[in-house]
Amino acid sequence: MKPDLTQPMPGDAPQDKPARKTLKQWLFDYRLALIVAAADLLIWIFWPAQAPAVIRNTGDYLVEMVVILIPVAVLMGLFEVWVPKQLIGKYLGRESGWKGILLALLFGAAPTGPLYVAFPIAAMLLKKGASPLNVIVLLNAWAAIKIPQLLVEANFLGPSFMLVRLALTVPSAILMGWLIQKGIERSGGLDIDPAGLENIS
Amino acid sequence: MSSILTWSIYVIVFGALGVLALRDRAKAKQAVKVAVKSFFGMLPILLAFIGLIGLLLGLVSPETIVRYLGQEAGWWATLTAFVLGVVLYIASLVSIPLAASLLRAGASMTTVAAFITGLMMVNTLTLPLEIKHLGKKMAWSRNLLNLLFAFAIAIVIGMVLQ
Repeated sequence: MKPDLTQPMPGDAPQDKPARKTLKQWLFDYRLALIVAAADLLIWIFWPAQAPAVIRNTGDYLVEMVVILIPVAVLMGLFEVWVPKQLIGKYLGRESGWKGILLALLFGAAPTGPLYVAFPIAAMLLKKGASPLNVIVLLNAWAAIKIPQLLVEANFLGPSFMLVRLALTVPSAILMGWLIQKGIERSGGLDIDPAGLENIS
Repeated sequence: MSSILTWSIYVIVFGALGVLALRDRAKAKQAVKVAVKSFFGMLPILLAFIGLIGLLLGLVSPETIVRYLGQEAGWWATLTAFVLGVVLYIASLVSIPLAASLLRAGASMTTVAAFITGLMMVNTLTLPLEIKHLGKKMAWSRNLLNLLFAFAIAIVIGMVLQ
């Protein structure tokens, strides 16, 4: 399925033809970022003592975000055109069983990036036929059982802390996936339009 | 460590794109188009989110959290730590050493565990992003279930490691 690249992005104002974005649309897309920038400005003016910490934190996270977003975007492109639906369906689909769960756990735990880049990847996997169970397991693993994070945890809080948390988190992650999959099945499927998925990335 | 990881991700992803370009130019072009579109599709909300966590962490510094939670004791501290963990977004490479300093400052194991599980498992600040990509059903149910499990796991860790 080829994505229709002429479709407007989500959050766009309705438009008749996919023309270049106007300034107004740009402002609308970035409205939340602009509000935060305005808040930063207010802090800088009225509370200058706090400003350096805010600027430093924002800068650090900003660099991390842009650095990881570039390869993730390319990965999304590669996924879109290169990975056949059957492949994802076979390894992460509803029939994939424990192997699918294990694969999702390993993929989630692999050293990659912050959680917010997992959402578009998860959406892409859903669109390509992965089961909700495996997608939830992937996200839960990505959030709470990253391998580099486990090493740091063992180092700072002790191996027993890390192991107990891991032993509790893995079955919980899978159980949640199973519960959510059942819930989604009972309530009539996902509330995202599978045909429109390429537009949300 | 993280920079080596990041560079290997770059090498793998762009290497794959190069291989695709050699094999099928049109498809590679298509992939780049989707990539650019994904990048700019994600950018506005991510910028807002990054700005928000920069703002929050600039105002509520790690030192403040440690000072506050280290002195507090009992259930109230555990609950406060959990709520802070749930609403804040702190990269794990920062939050884990922070949790260790909490422990040294005198916080109980349950409190430290609640802070860690809340931070990692419940992703409040990224919820709008998650809803945008995965829909309300999945995003809300995942975070609400994680809220329950995170608290339960923290209690059990506290009991096991007391």
